[in-house]
Amino acid sequence: MSQGVGVAGIYVRDQDEAVEFYVGKLGFKVHTDARNGDYRWLTVQHPDQEGFQLGLFRPQAPLVDEATSQALDGAVAKGAMPPLVLVVDDCRAAYEQYRSKGVEFTQEPTSRFGSVDASFRDPSGNGWKLIEAR
Amino acid sequence: MAKDLAMQDPALLRRLLRARDAIDAASHEEWPVRRLAKISGTSEAHFARSFKQAFGLPPHRYLLTRRIEKATALLRDTDLPITEVALDTGWSSLGTFGRIFRDITGKSPVEFRLADKAAHHELELVPHCFVSAARRPDLNIAVSEKRRRDAKANDGSNEQEEP
Repeated sequence: MSQGVGVAGIYVRDQDEAVEFYVGKLGFKVHTDARNGDYRWLTVQHPDQEGFQLGLFRPQAPLVDEATSQALDGAVAKGAMPPLVLVVDDCRAAYEQYRSKGVEFTQEPTSRFGSVDASFRDPSGNGWKLIEAR
Repeated sequence: MAKDLAMQDPALLRRLLRARDAIDAASHEEWPVRRLAKISGTSEAHFARSFKQAFGLPPHRYLLTRRIEKATALLRDTDLPITEVALDTGWSSLGTFGRIFRDITGKSPVEFRLADKAAHHELELVPHCFVSAARRPDLNIAVSEKRRRDAKANDGSNEQEEP
């Protein structure tokens, strides 16, 4: 077992929709999907990245109160959450592949500073930068 | 005030974000409220108010910040003539570009280019768009109001604004 970050999570508005997006469109795999009443611990994993899980969480009771939950849903929906970066070997190829599956791109692939990058959002509003590995 | 702080429906916010993303993707284009409202699926009457409540500034001013951000990046990263920078970032008149650029950044485009190129940057490791966004002008008052305040401050006869 190596040391390092094991799970980092993002908030999503609907976990079923998030699975459909991250697994169905981006090609991640479900790592853990455990329910306890209304609570659902859901993480996905990039196929090339065994040591890391991306959590797809609801801002929900009992972890946060109802008003906080609404505020967090609003923050996600207006794109106010922190940047996310997905690294790929070929940005233009990934763009074509994801776009054909209906991913909402906010910036087409652009060459700059020796690399190529594009931007997309998940259905909730989380913004991803798609960057070609140098 | 309490009304301003009322929660907006996340579904509406997501649609407003789509309009903001559209501005981001093509800030050199014209963005009349009609076009933005259509993207968001809201009425024109509703759009500007909802956008301002969601993002803190009206849509036309958001567009200005994005154009100036893009212009500063072009001035910094390229050797394009000022006229081309103005045209590329959506201004049809060099005069308007220069005036608004100075109103917002405090420098003329030429002065900005010289000063920024002289400064030392250590941001190579940060993805470009985030560096660019961090340098976006914080246009929390109208350009005309900023101009008026600056004129007043330079006049010397008036008291300084509270810091």
